[in-house]
Amino acid sequence: MLGIVRQKMLEQSLKKIPPAVSVLRSYSSAAKQMTIRDALNSALDEEMSADSKVFLMGEEVGEYQGAYKITKGLLDKYGPERVLDTPITEAGFTGVAVGAAYYGVKPVVEFMTFNFSMQAIDHIINSAAKTNYMSSGQISVPIVFRGPNGAAAGVGAQHSQCYAAWYASCPGLKVLAPYSSEDARGLLKAAIRDPDPVVFLENELLYGESFPVSDEVLDSSFCLPIGKAKIERKGKDVTIAAYSKMVGYALKAAETLEKDGIDAEVINLRSIRPLDRSMINASVRKTSRLVTVEEAFPQHGVGAEICASIVEESFAYLDAPVERIAGADVPMPYAANLERMAVPQVEDIVRAAKRTCYRSVS
Amino acid sequence: MALSHLAASASRSSSLLKPLSSALSLRRPISGDNSPLTVETSVPFTSHQCEAPSRSVETNPKELLTFFRDMALMRRMEIAADSLYKAKLIRGFCHLYDGQEAVAVGMEAAITKKDCIITAYRDHCTFVSRGGTLLEVFAELMGRQAGCSKGKGGSMHFYKKDSNFYGGHGIVGAQVPLGCGLAFAQKYSKDETVTFALYGDGAANQGQLFEALNISALWDLPAILVCENNHYGMGTAEWRAAKSPAYYKRGDYVPGLKVDGMDALAVKQACKFAKEHALKNGPIILEMDTYRYHGHSMSDPGSTYRTRDEISGVRQERDPIERIRKLILSHDLATEKELKDVEKEVRKEVDDAIAQAKESPMPEPSELFTNVYAKGLGVESFGADRKEVRATLP
Repeated sequence: MLGIVRQKMLEQSLKKIPPAVSVLRSYSSAAKQMTIRDALNSALDEEMSADSKVFLMGEEVGEYQGAYKITKGLLDKYGPERVLDTPITEAGFTGVAVGAAYYGVKPVVEFMTFNFSMQAIDHIINSAAKTNYMSSGQISVPIVFRGPNGAAAGVGAQHSQCYAAWYASCPGLKVLAPYSSEDARGLLKAAIRDPDPVVFLENELLYGESFPVSDEVLDSSFCLPIGKAKIERKGKDVTIAAYSKMVGYALKAAETLEKDGIDAEVINLRSIRPLDRSMINASVRKTSRLVTVEEAFPQHGVGAEICASIVEESFAYLDAPVERIAGADVPMPYAANLERMAVPQVEDIVRAAKRTCYRSVS
Repeated sequence: MALSHLAASASRSSSLLKPLSSALSLRRPISGDNSPLTVETSVPFTSHQCEAPSRSVETNPKELLTFFRDMALMRRMEIAADSLYKAKLIRGFCHLYDGQEAVAVGMEAAITKKDCIITAYRDHCTFVSRGGTLLEVFAELMGRQAGCSKGKGGSMHFYKKDSNFYGGHGIVGAQVPLGCGLAFAQKYSKDETVTFALYGDGAANQGQLFEALNISALWDLPAILVCENNHYGMGTAEWRAAKSPAYYKRGDYVPGLKVDGMDALAVKQACKFAKEHALKNGPIILEMDTYRYHGHSMSDPGSTYRTRDEISGVRQERDPIERIRKLILSHDLATEKELKDVEKEVRKEVDDAIAQAKESPMPEPSELFTNVYAKGLGVESFGADRKEVRATLP
């Protein structure tokens, strides 16, 4: 008897707590929210639906539903002929995928992380990137290499490297790095439709993050141009250029800087190769100051290339030396405190921006 | 006079077959016909995990004469390339195929242009057997506009997509997974065609080969891996590089066939067998026992790791062109003089093509920046001094 009463009271009290989701729904704006994971999944789904030549290949992309669930549901929908689980042989399956692209079908190859792409890098560079040139346009290579890139959390030195600079140095490749869900959808669709080899650098820690997406973004024909950066936040005092996860950090830094009277312009690079030099230069000509932000190793990196571009094109406009914020120049340590020191933090970006403004950094 | 005209037009047409038969039909209607002829291969096939095909090969006079002409053309072409290299008209790498011609012609006789071929850097003759012209070969070797890759590829990067020839690859062994990928795409597209991925005894130990073979066997891809075993990987003899130089057996669970690669008819029979097998049962390995007279490349005299006696011995006992010549003569399909005339014609064709190639200009400077991408998106590219030389990629 008492048990039933207790149960009824429990039910009643549970009913009084509105479920979290519906509260959000009723209070949120009209724009929908979409995680990066869903953005990528829907992009793959739509492109596979639109073009029967598109197929997926990689470790665990099929029955496991994707190591990070990016390809969830696609095996059921498109079958094992179009969603292929490979053995753990990157050199072999990447070569197979590039050969298939030579013939004219359109592979989307998943690297479980880009650290493993090093096993296959000869095929990415020598077999994919250079072939259109060496064949004088006879053989184009419509392939996409995608997967998580850069640091995750606590995965150590061999699983944390960012490959943006390495791949972006190679003519013949296109290298994209989305930040938001809009980027993820638009750039992945563009990459799949592009006739050239595209390296598509995702970020594991962003997969679960939600971003607002408009109806235009949700439309199956939505596509973003390759080679164009986006101004995420307009400003006039200092330009902060970043890609992938660091865009979020740059935006947080901009909020902090605003309180100190510094109005930062945040550029989301979106495309590492081709690099949107004209947008970055136009921004720096407006603000006269630049901070580049990347998670990657600092030497010979994306920030170095951007700095060189500014020095070559807009030297007279600089009021302060260019600042680079990057990952520490060490293999990624495991201990949490050391790991924190090995990747840029928001305060690092704030400090660098203040230096360009000759403000005291205390 | 008329004959040389026909011979010259051969280098411009994409087919090597037509001019010969029409040339011969002017004088001898009997030879150059399709009446069936059965010839035994020099040695029986040795098989691994499969039943070897018969030693009796069906052929006909026209085919044998075509083999003779095509191989003579290739031989002459490679020897001419040697001279051009020594005259410094060809630069960089030049890997010559003389001695191995039977593999290229025998394979082509068993397949169609819808089947794919991919090979490594010793690709001049394979390109020609796929329909490439002598002009395209010499012009490419000399880095001229009339080259098959418009001068931008060089010796190791000949391609002919319209006959499904995918190169021409410079990284040892990489062409094998690429070839398995072509086979994947053929199966994906339901084309009922096969891919021949050629590699040498040097590449046969590459890990990626076994990775690709594993995938091909798992997914039943119509991939035929052809080991052109010329017994030396650059300067390293096979027994010094491979614990097991029985390359046709190295596929383990994948069947294999060992073939006398100096016998064009054996090659044809093996490739025909392999194509049927691959379409039904997935990958198979063919090991072609062949030999190259030149060193690994033009920088290699080829004599520091093998004896001159060995080279001349093979030339005397096993030369592929001599074998076909003997066959033609013993079956009375042509006279010795007629065959010598074919060799003279072929020599002239080669000389004419070289002269024409020398006339072809080097690429325009603007070509430095073309074909970096299929779709350049109007982005900028730079020369050595980016303030001096910039281009927009179309």
